[in-house]
Amino acid sequence: MTQSGQMETTTIGGGEGATGMAAQMEVEAFRRLFPLPFYDRHLSKSVRPDARTLDSARETTISLGPVASADGSALVKIGETTMLAAIKLEVMTPSTESPDEGSIAVEFYMPPICSPMVRPGRPAEVAPVISQQLSDVIMSSRMVNLKELCLISGKASWIAYLDVYCLNADGSLFDAALLSAVAAFTHLQIPLVSVNEEGRVFTVSGEQQEKTKLELVNKEKRKLSIGNTPFPVTCVIHKEHILVDPTAEEEAVMETSITIVLDTLGNLVSIYKPGGVGLASTATIKECISRTKRRMQDLKIILEEAVSVMEVD
Amino acid sequence: MGKMEEDRIDGRNANQLRPLACSRNLLHRAHGSARWSQGNTIVLAAVYGPKSGTKKGENPEKASFEVIWKPKTGQIGKQERECEIILKRTLQSICLLNVHPNTTTSIIVQVVGDDGSLLPCAINASCAALVDAGIPMKNLAVAISCGLMEKGSVILDLTKSEEEKLKAFAYLVFPNSPLTVIPKVPLSKEQPIEQGIITSVTHGAMPVSGYFDCLDRGVAACAAISEFLRRSLQKQSPEDTSRAAQ
Repeated sequence: MTQSGQMETTTIGGGEGATGMAAQMEVEAFRRLFPLPFYDRHLSKSVRPDARTLDSARETTISLGPVASADGSALVKIGETTMLAAIKLEVMTPSTESPDEGSIAVEFYMPPICSPMVRPGRPAEVAPVISQQLSDVIMSSRMVNLKELCLISGKASWIAYLDVYCLNADGSLFDAALLSAVAAFTHLQIPLVSVNEEGRVFTVSGEQQEKTKLELVNKEKRKLSIGNTPFPVTCVIHKEHILVDPTAEEEAVMETSITIVLDTLGNLVSIYKPGGVGLASTATIKECISRTKRRMQDLKIILEEAVSVMEVD
Repeated sequence: MGKMEEDRIDGRNANQLRPLACSRNLLHRAHGSARWSQGNTIVLAAVYGPKSGTKKGENPEKASFEVIWKPKTGQIGKQERECEIILKRTLQSICLLNVHPNTTTSIIVQVVGDDGSLLPCAINASCAALVDAGIPMKNLAVAISCGLMEKGSVILDLTKSEEEKLKAFAYLVFPNSPLTVIPKVPLSKEQPIEQGIITSVTHGAMPVSGYFDCLDRGVAACAAISEFLRRSLQKQSPEDTSRAAQ
C-alpha cells in the first residue's frame, strides 16, 4: 500500500473497518468511504497521508508587503492554507476613558474563494469564531502597545483596521490568520502626519514634508515596537495520537482540535478547545504545549527572515 | 493557607461558588427546559427535538445539534456565534449520537441575567435541559470559570467585575464525576484529571503553571457542582410524561 495517496489503482485488501464489499478497493475510494479506518491505518505506522510525521507542521512561508496601498500587509501560507492580512490606519478621536491610547479593529473574512463549503448565501460557521479569537488574542497578548498609536493625547489617535482574508482554507485557519496579523503589524509603517490651522490632523505624503510643521510623529515613518509576539499551533487529538497542524480533511475526520497560543516569554496566551469528542488530559495538554514551543522556534526564524528580506529591498 | 489572598468584592473566599439554583420543566411547549442560576447570572435553556432530518453538510449517520443563543439585549453578533459553536461542540461530545441518526435537536439559550461566568452557566443549563428532554447522553458536562490573580492564586466562579479586572481567566468544562456503587477506594491525585477537559476557553495571558493550577481547582469545584446537579435532577417526580409525545 502506498503511503502518499497517489492516484494509482493500488488496492487495499480487506481493511478492518470496511464491510465485506470493500475487500478490494482503490485508495481514493477507501479514503472517501471509510475515512476513520484510513487514518487509523496511517496513524498506527505514525505517518499521515501526506507523508508527514505526527508532529511536523506543513511548510510555512511569510511574505511582507504584498498589498502596496495598505500601511502594513502580509501573506502567509501554511501548506495550502493562505491568509492575507492588511492594516489601514485612520485618525480618530480617542475615547474619554483612555485618551492616550489608539485602538485596533479586527475583521476576519472567509470569501467563497476559500472553500467549496462557503457560498455567498451560506457564510462559513467558523468565520465569526476565528474573528473573535483573533481579536481576543491580539488584545490579551499585548503585542501592540496601544499607547504607541496615540498622536495627540485626548485629541487624535490612530485606529488600525486589521482585515484578514482567507484565500484558501485547508486546516489550521486560526494559526495562519494570527501569523498573518503578527506579520502585518511587524511590517506596519505609520505614515507622516501633521496638524493644519483648524487643528485637524491629516496624513502627509513624502514630498510635502518640508513645508509643514511635523510636531507629532518623528521625521521618519515610524514602526510599532512589537512586544511579546504570540505564536499559535493547532493540534488534533485522536485517541492517543496528537497530530500537529491538521489539514481540513484531518480536522473534519477527527473532530477534536485544540489551539495553543504561546508568546515569546513562554506565557500561555490562549488554550482554546471548543468541545469535541476526545477529552484532553493534563498529559495531553503538556505534550501539546511542548510541541507548540518547538514550532514557535521555527516560526520565529521564518518571521525574522521575512523581515530581513523586506529590509534589504 | 489563604491568609495573603486578596479579598473578593462580594466577600467570598477563593474557592467559594455563588449560590446555585436549578429548576427544570419550566416551559410547557418545549420538550425539555431548565433554568440555571449562579448568583445573578441566570440562563434559561430550552430543548426541542429530536426532529427528523439534518442540515446540509452535517453527517446524516449521527444526530446533530443546533444551538441558538439569545443575548439579553442587543443584536446577535460574533460573540454570540462563538458561544453557539462552543456550546454545540461541547454538547455533541457528551451526547450519544448514534442512537437517533439523521435527527436534529435544537437548543435555545436565553440569557436572563449576566453577571460573569455566562458561558459556564449556559453549558450547565443546556445540560440540565437535555436531561429534562430525555436526550440520550454518555455523561453530564459541568462547567466552571477560574480566574488567575496577580500573585498566582486561583479564584472560582467569577463575577463580571472580576472578569474585567483580572488579567487572565479560563472557562473549563469537565465531564461529571461518576457515581460508584462499589465502596469508595482512595483515588490517587492524578485520577480525576485523567478524564480530561471537554472544553477550555481562556482569556488573557497566563503562565503555563497557572493554567494547570486552574485545572486542578476546576476539577475539585466541578465535583461539587456535579453533586448538586445530580441531586436537583433526581428531585423531579418519576411520573413525568414525555412531552415529545404531545
